[in-house]
Amino acid sequence: MQDSVKPNGITPSQTVGPFFKYGLTPNGEYEWNDAFTNSTLTPDVTGERLRIEGKVFDGDGVAIPDCMLEIWQADAQGRFADPQDKRALPNASFRGFARCGTDKDGNYSFDTIKPGVVPDPDGKPQAPHLLVAVFARGMLRHLYTRIYFSDDAGLASDPVLALVPADRRATLIARREAAKPVYRLDLRVQGDEETVFFDV
Amino acid sequence: MTFIYPVDSNKAHPLPLSPDYKSSIKRAPHKPLIPMRHTLSELTGPVYGHETVREGDNDLTLQHKGEPLGERIIVHGHVFDEDGRGVPNSLVEIWQANACGRYVHVRDQHPAPLDPNFTGAGRTQSDAAGYYRFVTIKPGAYPWGNHHNAWRPAHIHLSVFGHSFVTRLVTQMYFPGDPLFAFDPIFNSVPDEKARMRMVSSFDLDNTQPEWALCYRFDIVLRGKNATPMENT
Repeated sequence: MQDSVKPNGITPSQTVGPFFKYGLTPNGEYEWNDAFTNSTLTPDVTGERLRIEGKVFDGDGVAIPDCMLEIWQADAQGRFADPQDKRALPNASFRGFARCGTDKDGNYSFDTIKPGVVPDPDGKPQAPHLLVAVFARGMLRHLYTRIYFSDDAGLASDPVLALVPADRRATLIARREAAKPVYRLDLRVQGDEETVFFDV
Repeated sequence: MTFIYPVDSNKAHPLPLSPDYKSSIKRAPHKPLIPMRHTLSELTGPVYGHETVREGDNDLTLQHKGEPLGERIIVHGHVFDEDGRGVPNSLVEIWQANACGRYVHVRDQHPAPLDPNFTGAGRTQSDAAGYYRFVTIKPGAYPWGNHHNAWRPAHIHLSVFGHSFVTRLVTQMYFPGDPLFAFDPIFNSVPDEKARMRMVSSFDLDNTQPEWALCYRFDIVLRGKNATPMENT
């Protein structure tokens, strides 16, 4: 009978709090194994391998040492490892999800591949991007943002970036470091350079 | 089945800035969130492999040589979508304080004892009907520095995934009748009382195991409705 009752609304969010590390991102420091790491890489994954790194800052410009970031992205062909993406490639072990806790200085990093192009609801191409969920003590609900790539030719025509005031778009674009497959983007929860967060 | 995720459902969540919860003041965005239509990126989400959840990961009382101290409890329920359909194969992760209200986290310096037989982390995957189950110890209340004489009501932290990246939920499950509810700014950050009470588990006598463990039921409702409902069309 339980299953036939229509719920009256969703379960509200609560903060991840300051003490999630041993459960969600133990990283060898606690007696618990990691369900996820900060890498999406698998032996069979194709595409350009890269690292994305940066820091997360609070409203005082102080680095947040107890933040958790999660990323979700398509593979290099722009397909998601989810059967709901009817175009999915069934045999690749790439999953496209990773999780990282910031360190004591607020640093995060992800090892991944550059995703391919994913269409928007009208079939228009979106520039390659990752979705990011940001969790921390003090955040009663996680925040959603995106990470784009500074050297991608599709940025100018991306339909989601087009929704963002031009002077704030840089907060979503990771800058490629010279001659290295490393991109850098800091996240700022408040301030003049406050990161763009989406209402999704 | 194709799901839609009306943004309106998010009204159940706390507002980002909830000044009584001091940590939210410097960690809530000042600028409005930017609305956008969901693309395939938002409408899909991670699928887990067999290596993600190991046998026994849902029993927090069996992770060490001995049994942890405290009140053994069963916590179970369903992961539902907004139409009341079970959400199958959803990862559910939990973490919590021990029976004395102490976390193993190095930053928790509350002067209550650690339990060498309790870490306080667990995970499981909902079954085909959305059902999940944990065995654990009832966590204690604990003090925190938010304001004078601040105590958190006993709670278990939960992390749930669901059908897509926008169904991602991190929340806290509370226990019925806790006298600390009225004084807790995190619990009360949810403005609607009915929504707030959806974070409170119910005592489940039918599934309490005689001579062994009390049972609490906690159903988790994630975003997501059928895009093409059969009724009322």
